[in-house]
Amino acid sequence: MEQLTTIGLNHYLTISAILLCLGLFAVMTRKNAIVILMGVELILNAANINFLAFSKYNGGMEGVMISLFVIVLAAAEAAIALAIVINIFKIFKSVDVSSIDSMKE
Amino acid sequence: MSNPTYTVIFYLFAAITVFSAAFVVFSRNVIYSAFSLLFTFFGVAALYVFLSADFIAVTQVVVYVGGILVLLLFGVMFTNSIMFTELKTDVLHIVPGTLLLFGMIGAMLYTFYTTHGWMPSDVTLQGSIVERIGFETMSRYVLPFEMASILLLAALIGAAFLARFEKPDNNE
Repeated sequence: MEQLTTIGLNHYLTISAILLCLGLFAVMTRKNAIVILMGVELILNAANINFLAFSKYNGGMEGVMISLFVIVLAAAEAAIALAIVINIFKIFKSVDVSSIDSMKE
Repeated sequence: MSNPTYTVIFYLFAAITVFSAAFVVFSRNVIYSAFSLLFTFFGVAALYVFLSADFIAVTQVVVYVGGILVLLLFGVMFTNSIMFTELKTDVLHIVPGTLLLFGMIGAMLYTFYTTHGWMPSDVTLQGSIVERIGFETMSRYVLPFEMASILLLAALIGAAFLARFEKPDNNE
């Protein structure tokens, strides 16, 4: 009971592990490219929770700074990935990643 | 940190985060997934506030909810002909995916709860960290900060170039 009511590092690690595995599940089982991108965002959020949790319970600033850069990179990644998905849709008329099997039109 | 109100609010936000993330993953409708992702991002931002990273929480709301989520919704709307096909997504590898999901959660939780003493210091971050983020950005992390600006410029140009509409050939 003491474990459950005192919020510590393990609580954050548990949430982050669940988010990571859900994101991995989405990447693995979905065919729609946009849902796969959502899974990648979940994985990045899980990593950010871990960085911030260790930073908080360690008293350092390294995790905070790295999570800031992770957010910046996630924004750039989402923009580029959406542009690629829109291009794929223009060429194949579908965003189903298992039907995209040719490198040249 | 054993204030009961604090604990209840933490569990509330943790439940919002985990259940909406599960709904993102298990829902067959892409629009439902996108709107459920909104709640996940807000829940994660609330957890950042619990981790005394207030600036990161605000950045999360601005960048993820205001930017990435709108971009994803735009992608959903753009790549599904709403009038003709339903917004469903197919599923494959469901059995190995489920095995991986529960296997990895179990393995990671087992490792977390049986490992002790991976916190080398007793000091924890307290209060607001905005000022310290400013100092760190301009001292130790000034090179990655500048590189992030170059990367964002490159990503901006690249995304605009990739997603532009093909004009009909009218140069002659």
